[in-house]
Amino acid sequence: MSQTEYTGVKGWIEERLPIFSFLKHSAEYRAPKNLNYAWNLGSILGIALMIQIITGIVLAMHYTPNSELAFSSVENIMRNVNYGWLIRYTHAVGASMFFFAVYLHILRGLYYGSYKAPREILWWFGIIIFILMMATAFMGYVLPWGQMSFWGATVITNLFSAIPVIGESIVQWLWGGFSVDNPTLNRFFALHFLLPFILLGLVVFHVIALHVNGSNNPTGVEPKTEKDTIPFHPYYTVKDFFGFGIFFIIFAFFLFFEPNYLGHADNYIPADPMVTPAHIVPEWYFLPFYAILRAIPDKLGGVVFMFGSLLILFILPWLDTSKVKSGTFRPLFKVFFWLFTFNFVFLGYLGGKPAEGIYVILSRLSTFYYFAYFLLVLPILGKIENTKALPESIDAAYKGNK
Amino acid sequence: MKKLFIILILLSTNAIAGGGSGVPLRDVKWPFDGAFGTVDRTAAQRGYQVYKEVCASCHALEYISYRNLKEIGFSEAEVKAIAAEATVIDGPNDDGDMFERPGRLSDRFVSPFANEKAARAVNGGAYPPNLSLIVKSRPNGANYLYSLLTGYQDAPGSMEMNEGMYYNKYFSGNQIAMAPPLMDEIVEYMDGTHPSVDQMARDVTIFLQWAAEPEMEQRKRMGIKVFAYLIIFTILFYLAKKIIWRDIK
Repeated sequence: MSQTEYTGVKGWIEERLPIFSFLKHSAEYRAPKNLNYAWNLGSILGIALMIQIITGIVLAMHYTPNSELAFSSVENIMRNVNYGWLIRYTHAVGASMFFFAVYLHILRGLYYGSYKAPREILWWFGIIIFILMMATAFMGYVLPWGQMSFWGATVITNLFSAIPVIGESIVQWLWGGFSVDNPTLNRFFALHFLLPFILLGLVVFHVIALHVNGSNNPTGVEPKTEKDTIPFHPYYTVKDFFGFGIFFIIFAFFLFFEPNYLGHADNYIPADPMVTPAHIVPEWYFLPFYAILRAIPDKLGGVVFMFGSLLILFILPWLDTSKVKSGTFRPLFKVFFWLFTFNFVFLGYLGGKPAEGIYVILSRLSTFYYFAYFLLVLPILGKIENTKALPESIDAAYKGNK
Repeated sequence: MKKLFIILILLSTNAIAGGGSGVPLRDVKWPFDGAFGTVDRTAAQRGYQVYKEVCASCHALEYISYRNLKEIGFSEAEVKAIAAEATVIDGPNDDGDMFERPGRLSDRFVSPFANEKAARAVNGGAYPPNLSLIVKSRPNGANYLYSLLTGYQDAPGSMEMNEGMYYNKYFSGNQIAMAPPLMDEIVEYMDGTHPSVDQMARDVTIFLQWAAEPEMEQRKRMGIKVFAYLIIFTILFYLAKKIIWRDIK
């Protein structure tokens, strides 16, 4: 048996389950001293996930996953369950806030090169979490069984019919029938309950991978000496709490004053398979990908590009050839990065517009740039760009900024 | 930069899309608007009267119970009387038969039709929607409802109207199956307010806004308190952060 620094009961436990060294690691964990407020998003996302899980469990206690009853059970939560409106609006607005924070978190990673060595696996876990989050949110949006729930589910599940030969069978298998109906609602409820806990597990791996090499930082230079880092507690715990405050203020604004602003009015109409809404539009956080889907004139092509736009992130660490991590020291990269960001938001705008006329052309151009950024700009830029001189150390950069 | 993002992202949602017909809706300053918005109880009670005497012959108010009317200022006795006017089918009783009884506080509003088919059969194929969510289920719902109720006009000469349809400036496609429901003095207000079409449209909108979001007042009041708390919380942690970080050189 391995020797530990703990004795007595502690030592006995530690040898069997290294709980004390884990606590010690947590208490002594250090982070670069120069992290800016973009590094608050990770802990904010942890809080956002917990809010979704806790409100979600309470909602599940009152919700009925049956196509005849789902809509009125949600109305019952809104009207008759004590503070049911608060729980449900927190859950619905919370989903939007979660995505808002996750997009900023990903952009932070893209700008500061957080996906580069030695953090590729950390990055992969992040992407898996993001994709699974989208699946979870999609299924959650189906549960109230309003018009947009039903038709959104119909459109998205139909994507799989684009797969040659077996597509139709896959779609029927997903539906559990020949259209989106009660069996679909039942399985979506089961999966929507399950997936957040899988997400939680993935978050644990994301954090373990993070703690192996520690946080990246705005300079992209790895810590070399003790002077480059500070204890996470109390410095970043207190800073994180300030960040939570800002996050909660934005959250509370929507929750209490505009709870339906980020949703669709149509979803307060009960699902009707005989009436198709004029515009079937997914939730705002899916719109950029929806725009990519519709930009491609071929159904299968659209599906491939839409999933490709997410999967391409997995090979990003090797597409970006630059040795310099942080965008701060890459003047050319900065231009393309902000263009990418603007382009992504613009894709979201296009996703909310009808697929006709000028919007189709703009969607194609935007989709082209989305992929070009990863497949052309980043590989080439790394070879030709004149980067600025990196600071000697984090400590030096921190003092320089003071 | 982040502010810009927030604005761009908000603009990229289509949650702010307008009504169906493309005509800008009439924009009313409602008493329930804004962070301090409240339900104007006298207007809501008048609106209830309009609903009961005009709308209720075709439109259900599915998710509301009679007891909920106390929230807009009716007394318990008044609400009991309102409920008792309704005939509720209950049962089965000990003999296994359904029976009729007067409504109680705990009953849901009785719908005018047994089901959608029955509603369509007597309304020329159109289905009068349940009104308890109408304000939430239309973009810019309150203004839409008010505009629609006051938006009946003679059809322009160039337009060919289908049989049994009425021209409405704000309805998607401009042809609506609902006959103009309001005309001056169709109801008689107890409080002496002149029941013009505009007044009744406002009152019933206020009533149906309450019906769609009965939690609105409580939600906004809680929101103000939560905001005050969060701002103090955030400032305190900002100051704590400043103090704790002072020794980092």
